[in-house]
Amino acid sequence: MSILKFPVTENDHWQGNTAAKIELVEYGDYQCPHCGHSYPIVKAIQEIMGDDLKFVFRNFPLSYIHRQAKAAALAAEAAALQNKFWEMHDIIFENQGRLEPTDLFSYAQAIGLDLEKFRHDIQLEKILEKVESDIESGARSGVNGTPSFFVNGKKWEGDWQNKDAFLEYLQNQ
Amino acid sequence: MLLPIGNVAPDFELNCTPDQTLKLSALRGRKVILAFYPADWSLICSDQIALINETLTFFNKQHASVIGISVDSKWSHLAFTQDRKIHFPLLADFEPKGAVSKMYGVYDEQLGESLRALFIIGEEGIIRWNYLSPTGINPGVDGILDALETIK
Repeated sequence: MSILKFPVTENDHWQGNTAAKIELVEYGDYQCPHCGHSYPIVKAIQEIMGDDLKFVFRNFPLSYIHRQAKAAALAAEAAALQNKFWEMHDIIFENQGRLEPTDLFSYAQAIGLDLEKFRHDIQLEKILEKVESDIESGARSGVNGTPSFFVNGKKWEGDWQNKDAFLEYLQNQ
Repeated sequence: MLLPIGNVAPDFELNCTPDQTLKLSALRGRKVILAFYPADWSLICSDQIALINETLTFFNKQHASVIGISVDSKWSHLAFTQDRKIHFPLLADFEPKGAVSKMYGVYDEQLGESLRALFIIGEEGIIRWNYLSPTGINPGVDGILDALETIK
């Protein structure tokens, strides 16, 4: 059983109730089609569980096979510096087929980012370091593909495509 | 059975590209990770190889080189390497088929493929860690990274 070796900290992006007793951490790749499929499933689970769930997203771009994945991860991290990480995360997954740099800038505009700041921030070393530290924490925790989910620190080895089973597992923690 | 920890890692020389070979003993002085896997192109192998490819920097930090080995031909490895932009050598255990996999105890006679197995060979050429993964499961890289830290 793989364990999340790097616990969630204030550097992570989270949604829901920070004090929830159930913590779901996803390692995802914005260009990975499976992650695209899991996106609405996670959304539905968040909707159902409400305040009972804290959801955290960490980057795990496989950039040699997904050429645009790292740039998309950097874009979301840059948006986070304007407090719009989740808006960017969502718009990217909802438009997963179009992740060229011009697309990322049009999403930045669509969610109302200051584009000059975004253009500056996306090149910051600390943004790249955040993405790389996510990759390292995932690799050290047994992420073996994307999406990988950890529930209260333990890797979920079940089938996330089975939403009901996933939800039941989460609710029975 | 997996060749046990403490054994001398049997030396071998296999094609890493159509016109080049790689000899294990040429890497003496570095740690070497041998990743035996069943087949180029198959789903789980592709995931496993992509993951190793993505995490090479962490192995480099530990002064370890990674080598993939399967019974696929050098031409399959060439195409797979180019298609997936793989930045570590894939060796062709092709002729005689599976000879190196057999030396390490990781050949599946029925399928005619290597098992999914990992070895860490120390700087002096001794097997320091090994792991046999169920063929249907990508073992990830956490086991290798943990082991690299403990066998310093």
